[in-house]
Amino acid sequence: MNVCVGCVVCYCPAGAQCVAVIRGKNKQTQRHSLDVKMAAARGLTKLYRIGLHAIRQNTTLKATTFLQQRAFRLNGALRQQPFDSSAEKPQFPGASAEFIDHLEFIQPNVISGIPVYRVMDRQGQIINPSEDPKLPKEMVLNFYQKMTLLNTMDRILYESQRQGRISFYMTNYGEEGTHIGSAAALEPTDLVFGQYREAGVLMYRGFPLDLFMAQCYANADDLGKGRQMPVHYGSKDLNFVTISSPLATQIPQAAGAAYAVKRENLNRVVICYFGEGAASEGDAHAGFNFSATLECPLIFFCRNNGYAISTPTNEQYRGDGIAARGPGYGLMSIRVDGNDVFAVYNATKEARRRAVAENQPFLIEAMTYRIGHHSTSDDSSAYRSVDEVNYWDKQDHPISRLRHYMTARGWWGEDEERAWRKQSRKLVMEAFEKAEKRLKPNPELLFTDVYDEMIPPIAKQRDAMWRHVQQYKEHYPLDLYEK
Amino acid sequence: MASLRSFLRSGKNAVSAVLRREFHGTPPAAVQVTVRDALNQALDEELERDERVFLLGEEVAQYDGAYKVSRGLWKKYGDKRIIDTPITEMGFAGIAVGAAMAGLRPICEFMTFNFSMQAIDQVINSAAKTYYMSAGLQPVPIVFRGPNGASAGVAAQHSQCFAAWYGHCPGLKVVSPWSAEDAKGLLKSAIRDDNPVVFLENELMYGVPFEMSEEAQSKDFLLPIGKAKIERQGNHVTLVSHSRMVSLCLDAAAVLAKEGIECEVINMRTIRPLDAEAIETSVMKTNHLITVEGGWPQFGVGAEILARIMEGKDFFICF
Repeated sequence: MNVCVGCVVCYCPAGAQCVAVIRGKNKQTQRHSLDVKMAAARGLTKLYRIGLHAIRQNTTLKATTFLQQRAFRLNGALRQQPFDSSAEKPQFPGASAEFIDHLEFIQPNVISGIPVYRVMDRQGQIINPSEDPKLPKEMVLNFYQKMTLLNTMDRILYESQRQGRISFYMTNYGEEGTHIGSAAALEPTDLVFGQYREAGVLMYRGFPLDLFMAQCYANADDLGKGRQMPVHYGSKDLNFVTISSPLATQIPQAAGAAYAVKRENLNRVVICYFGEGAASEGDAHAGFNFSATLECPLIFFCRNNGYAISTPTNEQYRGDGIAARGPGYGLMSIRVDGNDVFAVYNATKEARRRAVAENQPFLIEAMTYRIGHHSTSDDSSAYRSVDEVNYWDKQDHPISRLRHYMTARGWWGEDEERAWRKQSRKLVMEAFEKAEKRLKPNPELLFTDVYDEMIPPIAKQRDAMWRHVQQYKEHYPLDLYEK
Repeated sequence: MASLRSFLRSGKNAVSAVLRREFHGTPPAAVQVTVRDALNQALDEELERDERVFLLGEEVAQYDGAYKVSRGLWKKYGDKRIIDTPITEMGFAGIAVGAAMAGLRPICEFMTFNFSMQAIDQVINSAAKTYYMSAGLQPVPIVFRGPNGASAGVAAQHSQCFAAWYGHCPGLKVVSPWSAEDAKGLLKSAIRDDNPVVFLENELMYGVPFEMSEEAQSKDFLLPIGKAKIERQGNHVTLVSHSRMVSLCLDAAAVLAKEGIECEVINMRTIRPLDAEAIETSVMKTNHLITVEGGWPQFGVGAEILARIMEGKDFFICF
């Protein structure tokens, strides 16, 4: 059997033994993969020669980038086979394939879809020791503490919305593994585009509790100057693009940003998070397609958590999830157990390494479950059973699976758990109380940043506002706002 | 504080509790109906009356609608008439337009009109322009509806008013109801209209109750598209508004009345075609005009009204 370079017929991952699923196609498929492999080898050698020559010619390249001899457009050369009218192969520019003489439709493989990669079982035991990333104890403890701190912060902020202290909130219950595992596999300079349920990524990178709270309370400390709804975090310093409400708009934006990053030619990747529901948007199609044609260092990370508000996955799509769409666009794709923080870590780490080295996008579909409601405006008991939610909460939770892993190694126990619960709660409550007391942003900030320089009509409106407020100051609670 | 109390309710109903109740005259057998329930009644009645009518959008079926406007409809009419869509406004607006072209009468719900921007090509280029471009052969009897304008603290991307944008386009009818009566009568007319209609609701108005006359409660209660309504008679100044801002105008009128200034409050009801005549007649009487809207002033609904008045034949007679 030949090693497949990732043909679209059977959806096997590249490097697997080519197992033709379609009856009577064995010979055809094998030949196909062999042809592609050989064409690839030819193309690559040619390109390396061109690339090296170009690099030698180009004296303005910095020493660091010289070492990264990546061709700017690798796969472009692969696709365009030389036109040969004498050959019995199809010459169509649109697809590289063999002829077939009998009618057969490709069946979407939904019953046994793309397999789910995992490292730990549900009890936190390593299944295949060679897949254990064997991370140092401090790093693993940090994973655990970040996941639990996020969980604690979520509980407190959800409650605070219920009590009318903040206007809105979205929790991350059950998906902490997807955040921490992926964030840990990235470099701090990697650019993150999120959807709205990735607070753990920001937390892992070091966004302080004070600033999470400041954003939710829209107080004077908020980096966003109080202009966003809660959970619409952003941090330029931590390379986390501010959350934007319309769904999936971040997907083509990430492709564009990755193109810019590619041109920088540094050791840098873009990661784009989205849910399985947002992947239905037209923007997702454009983003996937463009990232492949532009050959960008980009990781698409889909959190498939089973629900988009109340819409379950079987109403959202009929194919084999999001991972199966990847090969259709020419993306390297994988499906992982999102509740297994090491599986998420391994997949993201490898995707990152190759995305940077090969300038191509990767699609990771992390299967998980949304334990909480969609947001504080939702009551999920209206559309799913409490038993289903309890199963995931009690039997397959990223936090407990990691805890089992840690306790098995003697790195964590009842005492540490108790002490950490107390401490993390204290940290969150301190930040919470501080944020509550803080003043709101100066009303002047209503008028700034519409344009980079304030245009005269806006300045006039601002002046009119201050005059009005001064005249009727007894009606306006100016003491609550920063001067 | 009033706002703190309001948030003690569940999140989605919280904002509607901020507003005060509106009371109008009390004819016999009138009932209090919220705008949400009026819309629900209109949808129910029209679904029952014409089996070509169907509703599609995100969360409209089992979830009863993101704002509960389609409560109970999926239970009553089932999957064939109430359709949950995957998350793609461009996708389902396109599907709805196609269905309208093929002879059905879809009601396409946008969770808010802010998200209609992802589908606006379908609304304008495929719905609004098609009857004209097909030489009158291909009508598109579709209603696009959903909440428009600002809510409470939902930030810039959830707060835009699209009355001016859609009101700019020939081929579209654009309706912006205020009261429960408006909501029901205008939605029924919009569904029965063979033209594409953009129906701009308002999230903060959904929970507000209004008196509904017995006539308004009937299954055949229709309000004409393109006719404004005088909500309050007055001689001194004309206030023209649409949707939630009509409430604001009435509140202001009540305050001014104490100072002896009587405002005439006009509820536009329809943005396009604009009932300029009603406004002109009022301004001839009062000689003073203020437009009040939730949209931005530049190139807005108010700007258009002022331009029409100033270009109108009666403007110089005011002097």
